[in-house]
Amino acid sequence: MSAEIPKDSWSGTVRTVTLGATPAEGGTRSHVVTVGGQKTLPFMHFEQVAPNRPVVAVEIKDRCPEDWSPLLLEVWGDAAISPAAWAKQAEAAGAHVLVLALSLTGDDGKPTTPQAAVAATKAVLEASGLPLLVFGPGQAEADNELLVAVAEATKGERIALGICEDKNYRTIVAAALANGHCVTARSPMDVNLAKQLNILIHDMGLPLDRILMDPTTGALGYGIEYGYSVMERLRLAALQGDAMTQLPMIVTPGFEAWKTKESKVGRDVPEAWGDWRERAITWETLTAVTLIESGADIVVLRHPESVRRVRQAIDDLMTVPETV
Amino acid sequence: MALSGIQIYKLLPQTNCKDCGFPTCLAFAMKLAAKQVELAACPHVGDDAKAQLSEASEPPVRLVSLKSNGYEVKAGNEVVLFRHEKTFYNKPGLFIRLRDTESPDEIKTRVAAADGYKVIYVGRELALDGFAVEAASRTPAAFSAAINAVRQISHRPLILISRDPAIMAAGLRLVDGERPLMVGADAANWQAMGDLAKQHGAALAVTADTLDGLADLTVKLKDLGVQDLVLDPTAQRLGASLALNTQIRRLALRKNFRPLGYPVIAFPGDADEPAQESILAAHAIAKYAGFIVLDHFAPETAYPLLVLRENIFTDPQKPIQVQPGVYEINNPNADSPVLVTTNFSITYFSVANEVESSGLPAWLVVTDAEGMSVLTAWAAGKFDAERIAKAIKTFNVADKVSVKRVVLPGHVAVLSGELENELPDWEIRVGPREAVDLPAFIKQSL
Ligand code: SF4
Repeated sequence: MSAEIPKDSWSGTVRTVTLGATPAEGGTRSHVVTVGGQKTLPFMHFEQVAPNRPVVAVEIKDRCPEDWSPLLLEVWGDAAISPAAWAKQAEAAGAHVLVLALSLTGDDGKPTTPQAAVAATKAVLEASGLPLLVFGPGQAEADNELLVAVAEATKGERIALGICEDKNYRTIVAAALANGHCVTARSPMDVNLAKQLNILIHDMGLPLDRILMDPTTGALGYGIEYGYSVMERLRLAALQGDAMTQLPMIVTPGFEAWKTKESKVGRDVPEAWGDWRERAITWETLTAVTLIESGADIVVLRHPESVRRVRQAIDDLMTVPETV
Repeated sequence: MALSGIQIYKLLPQTNCKDCGFPTCLAFAMKLAAKQVELAACPHVGDDAKAQLSEASEPPVRLVSLKSNGYEVKAGNEVVLFRHEKTFYNKPGLFIRLRDTESPDEIKTRVAAADGYKVIYVGRELALDGFAVEAASRTPAAFSAAINAVRQISHRPLILISRDPAIMAAGLRLVDGERPLMVGADAANWQAMGDLAKQHGAALAVTADTLDGLADLTVKLKDLGVQDLVLDPTAQRLGASLALNTQIRRLALRKNFRPLGYPVIAFPGDADEPAQESILAAHAIAKYAGFIVLDHFAPETAYPLLVLRENIFTDPQKPIQVQPGVYEINNPNADSPVLVTTNFSITYFSVANEVESSGLPAWLVVTDAEGMSVLTAWAAGKFDAERIAKAIKTFNVADKVSVKRVVLPGHVAVLSGELENELPDWEIRVGPREAVDLPAFIKQSL
């Protein structure tokens, strides 16, 4: 009894996006990282071997994030008070790329200044040769002010600026255009809204190979199934030839998982939740791996042990089995 | 593959005799295609047609259920590759493996911990499904002792693991009257294992490391008369498992390839490193396993896996919702704060659980946001000032409190201006973005 393996052949291909630029390309990165390029659903190597692997980004902050879970502050220790030290430690922990997430306010409680944002970004670029993404604090005015300054000060580094949303993308996209950077485009778990935002950004003249789309996800237990299915649908649409969905996907399981009570809190929780540290890391890891299987090209993580486990899972997923 | 009404019609006598209670054979065929009647309602259908029809009406992935006293675990009957195409139906059973090289006391301790484990998630009680006992000692006596030890503690369904028919027979004798899963049959022992499965009414897993090998075995065993089969593709790594499970599901659904139309069993405990076990198990939940056997039980990994299983097997067409209304938390009175959220059940339970466990009394106004979370509903226009105001008014919240002050989720701070216009005699306050920060906010700011 011989089974003929059903192989899909798709007309569409996911575009590639390259982050970072080496000295030869006008930047200072030690190497570049390329994501995307798939012609199959995730890891269907028996149809065609994927040209690029999913990558792990580690999120670091410009100042110590006091509202983060104590588990995270503990594990990063003193590094968390210095972006440069944190960048080095994240690289040592296995990050393929870094995400520098800027804070709304500085240590003095006053709004983060563009000068401070630029200083933090430069410190990170000097400390680590990894490609970089820089996210604003998540408020339109502050995002625009800080990201424009960062974009100008890092011209040619091909960083990714985030996060563009339908209510605020023009300034960020213009800054990326003028300085040779990429952007991340976030839409709220909806295939059509994701497409729409990609179109708006592309219409401003930014080439599609400089846009990463972030379809948003929920953490395990907090809506992961919505993010999961939207990503599967976006990837299917891309392979079916819908050009405006053919972008690599970035998601932030670290951010999502670490804001859940399960990860954040260790006291006064049900006994059935078990050991706090292992639960929190499992929460982040399972969220990330589940999303990688549904099509994520970049997962942004927070805990070094999650980085180690997710990298191992990616290695496993990229191994082309001989028996198949 | 299901036949259309017309295809079924061609197999019927086409005499329109009405004995089935329908005016025509075609009408009956249509009902049959819609699975609203049984073929047996037509007394005149020939044996040949009967065979064809019943073959075609079998689900592409056979439903296999394991039973024990009071428990049942079902796998199979799946009809899609992606949950958004319809839904996934039968949550994969989660089993904990014991080896008969452990002492009966060790086994009992481990079984007791896992058997009694339950955890509440969005108002539901979640638990593991059963136990797998492996004859690692290769002796019938040790195997029997281990099974007896498990049965002294737990009555949940069992998976029995041995390639030796004599040892398997010893184990099966102890669980007569149940339907365990035997693991398993291979190219060498399939006949003896098949006979045992028939004799004891057990389900039987076939083990081979290629799809052709698996298909060979299921065909032979089906001919022998064993129907309830399970596939063990023995993939120990993520990549291979994803490829094999996908191919099996595709062959069953798209090609109606009967020899692989069975549920799959996965053994994440075979991972090289314990930390990878939960990852492999999570993968097996999302990617097509019907039974999952873990080597380690710990609450901190069982809980996330049980939650993932709930999430992936939620029907995408029916988001889990709670009834809109005013919910009383910790016996609120006229001075208690009024909090607003949406009727997406995960959102509701996060907020309600936080406030409840803080001991602080509050009125929680759940608005009809069509079962979406705060941010998603807001983006989709299902959670705006108008809807919130309408909820406050229809649920007569003003009659319950002396201070007309309502707390909005921090994610929709932008709505506060509009809401002031909609509710002129109310004070609008912006609360935290995350539920976990609510108790501190209530204590400090209200
Ligand atoms: S009983 Fe059978 S033959 Fe008679 S009308 Fe119904 S389907 Fe047709």
